[in-house]
Amino acid sequence: MKLTGAQILCETLERLGVRHIFGYPGGAILPVYDAIGKSKLHHVLVRHEQGATHMADGYARASGGIGVAMATSGPGATNMVTGIATAMLDSSPVVCITGQVGSKLLGSDAFQEVDITGITMPITKHNVVVSKVEDIARTVREAFIIANSGRPGPVLVDITKDAQQATSEFDWESCGPKLPTKRVRNNHNQEEFDRAVELLNSAKRPILLAGRGIILSGAMRTFEQVVRTSNIPVAMTLLGIGCFPATDPMNLGMMGMHGEAWVNTAIQEADLLIAVGMRFDDRVTGDLRTYARNARKIHIEVDRAEINKNVKVDAAIIGDAGETLANLLPHIHERDHSAWLAHIKELKGDSAVRDIQSLPDSGHLYAAHVINDLWKVTKGGAIVVSDVGQHQMWEAQYYHHDKPRTLLTSGGLGTMGFALPAAIGAKFACPDAEVWVVVGDGGFQMTMCELATIVQEKIKINIAIINNGYLGMVRQWQEFFYDKRYVATPLIAPDFAALANAFGIRSERVTTRKEVVPMIESARNSDQAVLLDFRVEQEDSVYPMVPAGASLHEMIRRPNNPLVETATEP
Amino acid sequence: MQTIVAYVENKPGVLNRVASLTRRLAINIDSLTVGPTENEEIARMTICAHTDENGARRLEASLEKLVDVLVAENISDRSMLERDLALIKVAADQQNRPHLMELIKVFRGRVVDVAPESLIVEVSGTVDKIDGLLEVLRPFGVLEMARTGRIAMTRGGDLLRPPTATGSKDKDSTPAST
Repeated sequence: MKLTGAQILCETLERLGVRHIFGYPGGAILPVYDAIGKSKLHHVLVRHEQGATHMADGYARASGGIGVAMATSGPGATNMVTGIATAMLDSSPVVCITGQVGSKLLGSDAFQEVDITGITMPITKHNVVVSKVEDIARTVREAFIIANSGRPGPVLVDITKDAQQATSEFDWESCGPKLPTKRVRNNHNQEEFDRAVELLNSAKRPILLAGRGIILSGAMRTFEQVVRTSNIPVAMTLLGIGCFPATDPMNLGMMGMHGEAWVNTAIQEADLLIAVGMRFDDRVTGDLRTYARNARKIHIEVDRAEINKNVKVDAAIIGDAGETLANLLPHIHERDHSAWLAHIKELKGDSAVRDIQSLPDSGHLYAAHVINDLWKVTKGGAIVVSDVGQHQMWEAQYYHHDKPRTLLTSGGLGTMGFALPAAIGAKFACPDAEVWVVVGDGGFQMTMCELATIVQEKIKINIAIINNGYLGMVRQWQEFFYDKRYVATPLIAPDFAALANAFGIRSERVTTRKEVVPMIESARNSDQAVLLDFRVEQEDSVYPMVPAGASLHEMIRRPNNPLVETATEP
Repeated sequence: MQTIVAYVENKPGVLNRVASLTRRLAINIDSLTVGPTENEEIARMTICAHTDENGARRLEASLEKLVDVLVAENISDRSMLERDLALIKVAADQQNRPHLMELIKVFRGRVVDVAPESLIVEVSGTVDKIDGLLEVLRPFGVLEMARTGRIAMTRGGDLLRPPTATGSKDKDSTPAST
């Protein structure tokens, strides 16, 4: 059967199970769009190509499958760069397909020509230019394998316009993937494995550090068995949230820069850290010279390049988190760590009392209240897509995720503007799920054009803007470290309610605490997208905080007379 | 100095990926040589990098993450041979030419071109040996020099070969249906 390259691409994507493509058309990808029109593929028209990549990323994070984004050459492709880097840093399987000028024009600075494979080389797991129609199907099939194998990541396929237009015989069987034959390393090192087992069974103050690798590996059940057997408490990275129930007594919570004080203190006091599917990011460790100096370290990680990168470990087991934990499980002894657990509980002390969440209604609206109420009303069952900044940390602290893939957030790259488009992608992945965007007034303004995509696609998501009139996290740093010189952080925003209405989206402004629950309920009950503009305290800060580069135990604690003394007054 | 040998797919852009990776890891390359192997689809690289053992381990592991890199192995600690080849154009006149040729002989270099006011020496061997010859030639006036950079190979039965294809067994990866 003779097909054009564009038709072959669509046919291949369909056969690979793709149902949705997030993209934006243009000259160099037009043949593909013509073929999409005749295919079963559903194309979601975004408003900016960055949104397309975030949507594909959100789709991948929510589903565990591969998200597909599409753009034309030149500016279409360069607009994808931020989204690709976001997916790269968080190991998200995204396949980006870009149009390219005709192969005869390559290198001639033709209209909308850009060397996108050159540009994206360091931020993709792999990328490739296809200039022959015969190579399209095979290359796309290879891209799908690469994107979702080992440590997942984004792959970009750049297809010249002439390859899209040319015709070729299409036969699925004969266009199978032909990836280079790589050495298969035997990663099993019995010595390291035995050392890990010995450390695990002899530690007195151990902690499991749980990362996104557990979710990517689908190892939640095995991980839980390890916890139950060993009685070792769990601390999570931001991206690990959901891999183990937040409400489980063995879960201490999030660690790192904005982790709870008892979690970080416990890590500093631990005699063994068992890191699973995480990479000792600087936001997790603080100053490496003082990080967990009393602890031996075991690192279970699929990516060999992560071993001893930031933290030198005593035993490294390279491999898939699920497989490795399953191998370890029979060797793990049942241990009684009640003294250690009791000590951690003691560390918790009165932290909960000082917690802003338990303060009486003072007439002030705090982000923590909003997010905690959101958790209560949704019974922890929503997919929450958070952006980057203060609200992201409050979300991680006050929305308790019991299930994997229910918190989607840009951790590694910290990309503002991620939340809204990623939530759209997540909704396509899980159409029956309740999806909430939790976003700051700054990040929202970066990609709010995608409100139009929501309307055009008639999808139901809920948007909670945590609006404090500042670039809050940067303001907090200025407050703590720059003597309150608020340079370039006060932020004028449009009237978000009016803006949403202009897009055709229902919207409410919320200014008092007593309105929070009814408004959240009303948004949930609506069958259309709803935007809630929460006007929260302007100069609230995220506590505790480990200043950048400081030791993990050097935390700025939640003040005793929380920020606002009025909070304790009637 | 760390020496890493890699087998890579012999196709455009692979050198760029390798170079881009070392730049990203902030590892300075002293020399990088690429040449064909007995299999025309595979090329062999020898990468000499200014880094410590840990840096070399990261480089090696990161190199192997590249789809087009089939094998990357740090052979710095192994018993190995390394060779560099240099062409050196030295100023030489009637008077000092015999003396110069004596010196070149000591270093087992070969004079491959003679002109009235210069000659070209070809010398191969370890970097130290070539550096040694250069030191000796410098007083005569080194006019031009080209060096290949190092190639390296482990000694004896310690083989480092590209993996052999066992037929494509790749399976398509599909998006999860939800």
